[in-house]
Amino acid sequence: MAIEARKPPSQFSARLRRALGGRAGWGGFAFQIVFVAALIWIGYEIYANARANLQAQRIASGFGFLSQTAGFGVSQSLIPYAETDSYTRVFFVGLLNTLLVAGIGIIFATIIGFVVGVGRLSPNWLVARIAGGYVELVRNLPLLFQILFWYLAVLGALPGPRQSISVFDNFFLRNRGLVVPRPMAESGLDAFSIAILLAVVASIVLRIYARRQLFQNGRVVTIWPYVVALLVGLPLVAVLLFGAPLSLEIPHLKGFNFSGGLRVVPEFVALTLALSTYTAAFIAENVRAGIQSVQKGQMEAGASLGFSHGKTLRLIVVPQAMRVILPPLTNQYLNLTKNSSLAVAIGYPDLFSVFAGTTMSQTGQAIEIIAITMGVYLLISLVTSAIMSFYGWRLNRSLGA
Amino acid sequence: MKRMLSVVAVALAASLSSQAAFAQTLKTVKDRGVLSCGVSQGLPGFSSPDDKGNWTGLDVDVCRAIAAAVLNDPTKVKFVPLSAKDRFTALQSGEIDVLSRNTTWTVSRDTSLGVNFTGVTYYDGQGFLVKKALKVNSALELNSASICVQTGTTNEQNVADYFKGNNMKYEVIAFGTADETVKAYESGRCDVFTSDISQLYAERLKLANPADHAVLPEVISKEPLGPLVRHGDDQWFDIVKWTLFAMINAEELGITQKNVDEMAKSTKPELKRVFGTDGNLGEQLGLTKDWVSRIVKAVGNYGESFDRNVGAGSKLGIARGLNQLWNKGGIQYAPPIR
Repeated sequence: MAIEARKPPSQFSARLRRALGGRAGWGGFAFQIVFVAALIWIGYEIYANARANLQAQRIASGFGFLSQTAGFGVSQSLIPYAETDSYTRVFFVGLLNTLLVAGIGIIFATIIGFVVGVGRLSPNWLVARIAGGYVELVRNLPLLFQILFWYLAVLGALPGPRQSISVFDNFFLRNRGLVVPRPMAESGLDAFSIAILLAVVASIVLRIYARRQLFQNGRVVTIWPYVVALLVGLPLVAVLLFGAPLSLEIPHLKGFNFSGGLRVVPEFVALTLALSTYTAAFIAENVRAGIQSVQKGQMEAGASLGFSHGKTLRLIVVPQAMRVILPPLTNQYLNLTKNSSLAVAIGYPDLFSVFAGTTMSQTGQAIEIIAITMGVYLLISLVTSAIMSFYGWRLNRSLGA
Repeated sequence: MKRMLSVVAVALAASLSSQAAFAQTLKTVKDRGVLSCGVSQGLPGFSSPDDKGNWTGLDVDVCRAIAAAVLNDPTKVKFVPLSAKDRFTALQSGEIDVLSRNTTWTVSRDTSLGVNFTGVTYYDGQGFLVKKALKVNSALELNSASICVQTGTTNEQNVADYFKGNNMKYEVIAFGTADETVKAYESGRCDVFTSDISQLYAERLKLANPADHAVLPEVISKEPLGPLVRHGDDQWFDIVKWTLFAMINAEELGITQKNVDEMAKSTKPELKRVFGTDGNLGEQLGLTKDWVSRIVKAVGNYGESFDRNVGAGSKLGIARGLNQLWNKGGIQYAPPIR
């Protein structure tokens, strides 16, 4: 009897078994199925029970409320909104207000955070101490307190509309917020926009050319005078040929408030200020930690090449530090976005205030509204971290790690 | 945070417990030995804590009257301060047994929120508080004004209706709590603070110079304020409803905190029914025969409570007006105890 050689198990089935059941094989697979089924069953049971109990208590349920008329006013809205619009519209008004405050807050927090973080490591004694003092003061006070401080103590102390602080009779600062002239489109706007677009594209092309020259031929090409000339010159030519692109609607006092002009409500200003200065303190610490994580030798290498302190930081240290800074920086961005829900304390109409607040108490549909709101914050956070992960991936690639 | 907790509690209660848990509020309260009552976060005259931490007010008296009727002790009440937008969630979730917090009775609240209003403790209407320095005499002069309002109230919707109806522009800034709203009004962020008129008077007392502020003459809405309970427990609904009716009937019958013991000895058939010396009306409610005596001994009749908290005998000094009894020119009216 010939002995048959043992066949190796076919690759595919082995791989499948490993993927589905891990080391435990098919038995493990069966266990996983039971586990998932149990989870689904519990989820269904919670859902069905909630539904039955809401019905028994005759609490309204379902998502029909989204098409009902909201019937309340909102002080700031990026899209046209009237009291006769639906709760769906309210949802988008709130969402855009949240995104606005989060987006602008993130930009300011990043700028302040980097300046302070680098400042803390400055060889200049005074700069380092001021930056250190800022971080210790701001990050150790509760955020809600800071929001109320900016809102009530700083902006609230500004004069009323009739005694506004005016700058050139065009800008008015008062306790109702900042009023600035509103730009209005004129006939020259199209030509002007095209000119700017052209100038930007041309500048980018110039930069690509300059970098190629630097990397391939080692030649430093100075491009900034051309870029400035393009960015200023082209639009100027367009204005001369086609007329002014914008006219300004100057605000003037009428009745209780200003009429005309563009208005920035104080709630928005206070919330943005508080969120960005608060988060900046944490970002500053991340930046400091990131820079300190780069070997001291890198700094010395820069110095021995004849780079200035600033240039060494910018070209050598910070790009390497970014790898360490990025993950906690993402955390701070997410924190800022989530903290924006404290807006309700000062009456800024963000998502949490108008949707999970007013809409919820008017319709009483807590479960649906909280579920939607949670889903939206989750989505915003996931998108933010996805963008940051992509940036991190590019950074690592360019550093060759 | 508390709000999120109660929302989670609603979800859990709705999903995990069976209906029966909500149906036995009377038994739950008796077993616990304390009535859990939702009140405002401090509105003088209606519900506010004094310097010793004792809650007083018209809404508070309703809670104490229920505790007296059910537990025979008006002090066995746990007061839960709630903001306007959290109040219904707290009731739905079972965190409180009754909500007695200057809450306006409307059809949408009575139906879709899963609650039942039990009666009217105070007939109110919405008005506007302005600084006298603005020299405004009528609400119709408020075009393009900034208005501070508390979020989650009927006031927020009424003001939208009123300005739209009169073709006036306005800016509304909605705050989470009454204190934040008043603070913003005081700091000059708004020209106008709008709320129920009783509340305007109460909040004005808290301002630095109450005399610098005036309530405009317009009343732009009907705001019948009253206590409310959850759907699904008719017995508890009856008890809360009839506690308030007992207070109003007591005033009508001339029963006061002082003469209640005298009156209880009366041989008049009507009074015998009320005091339970004849029949068992109290027991039919799930209470005791002497339920009315307990209530009146604890908080007095409706008129006494009104005077002590918001009326002539209080700092607010609000006239009875609509809240006078029906046979004295007002519209306060309770079905008979028989």
